[in-house]
Amino acid sequence: MTHCPLRALFFRDLRRARRQGGQSLLPLVFLFSVIAMIPLGIGPGPNVLSTIAPGMIWVASLLSSMLALDGLFRSDWEDGSLEQWWVGNQPVIGLIFVKLLVHWLVTALPVIVFAPVAGQMLYLPTEALPLLLLTLLLGTPIISLIGGLAAALTLGARQGSALLGLLIFPLVVPVLIFSTGSISALLDGLTVRPYLLLLSALLVLTMTLVPMAIASSLRLNIE
Amino acid sequence: MWKKIKIAFHKLGSPLSFYRFAQRLIPWLWIATLIPLCIGLYQALYVVPPDYQQGDSYRILYIHVPAAWQAMATYLVMAILAVITLVWRIRTAEIMAMTAAPIGAAFTLICLITGAIWGRPMWGTYWAWDARLTSMLVLLFIYLGIMALYQAFDDRRHGARIASILILVGLINIPIIHFSVEWWTTLHQGSTINLFGPSTMDPSMLPPLIWMTVAVKLMFGALLLQRARNELLAQDQQKNWVYQALRPNHHAS
Repeated sequence: MTHCPLRALFFRDLRRARRQGGQSLLPLVFLFSVIAMIPLGIGPGPNVLSTIAPGMIWVASLLSSMLALDGLFRSDWEDGSLEQWWVGNQPVIGLIFVKLLVHWLVTALPVIVFAPVAGQMLYLPTEALPLLLLTLLLGTPIISLIGGLAAALTLGARQGSALLGLLIFPLVVPVLIFSTGSISALLDGLTVRPYLLLLSALLVLTMTLVPMAIASSLRLNIE
Repeated sequence: MWKKIKIAFHKLGSPLSFYRFAQRLIPWLWIATLIPLCIGLYQALYVVPPDYQQGDSYRILYIHVPAAWQAMATYLVMAILAVITLVWRIRTAEIMAMTAAPIGAAFTLICLITGAIWGRPMWGTYWAWDARLTSMLVLLFIYLGIMALYQAFDDRRHGARIASILILVGLINIPIIHFSVEWWTTLHQGSTINLFGPSTMDPSMLPPLIWMTVAVKLMFGALLLQRARNELLAQDQQKNWVYQALRPNHHAS
């Protein structure tokens, strides 16, 4: 096997996530604690719960993906290996993509896998489940990208983790609107195509532009 | 002539020249603000006729609309300054971009509050989750995010550069606000003012809006220069140029 730094980074980050032990299960535990609190707070009536289920699962997955964000670049930045990104001959954008891919695999993928269970807990209508999973698949990479940007921006900041929410919230509003909008359109018997197209367009847009913004803010932070 | 203007413009990059320029311009900008403000307010309150449906309550639009326009225009100004900050790293541009953010946030807040006051009798609700209102609220949060991010760095210049990246990312929201009333069926009415073609607003109601818009633009200029000057003085209080600029004349040797 030829030595590939991108692959090395990928496996190193995956191993690091695994060796944190129970910590890597935190997003999932968080998801279910939010999901379990909703019926307790709103009341266990199936009618109310099934209407709010898609939105609640989305909000819970958004919140749980923010858990691991603060450490995304921090340890690399503190031990100086982030600086090596610019010294080495690897494309920085590629390294950023690897970082974000690991973040997505560790925080978003478990949430997507267990979303059907969460849907059952909130009486999500069965016909809405495939669409919910599809919007999660399209939308969570956008959230990882925007979250990565927020993590890069707040790298050298005081109380950076407190800022994360404030920076992420306004930028992910469209994702939330189009995802849950498509599900209510489906339940109302309307076409869901435009919502999915808009969501895919958002994904393409953030995938092309956000890594550049991440790269320049990381660059500013290692100066 | 052109060369002189260019040199004068480049000089604004130096804090001392910027300070002197701002100091000279600010009083004139305030005077220039007051004239259209008085004319606009007088016309809006006494001259223009009441609306055939809304009666007198529509008059709040003469504050609401200029504030909304300025909330978006401020963001565009900040975006231009952010590019200058990131590319040429001119310090006065950094400071102007950062001091513009609270002004933009204030105009956004004025727009949201006047809209809510008008919405209560007209729509029957202070707030609706419609596309334009929501995107305006998002703009307010972007302004707050920029301000918080800038404040979170001990090194002010570093904070300004980082926040400039956020300014450019948040720029995506401006076309969404502008076109939200066309893209979605919203409770908020569509635009009735058209720069390139006949407006659907009654011509008799237009003049105060123009006066108020001019007044708000000039007020923004005055506020921005004033805030930027104060920020420069506060950051550079240990520097020699501040001593030179503020030194009382009778001490001059």
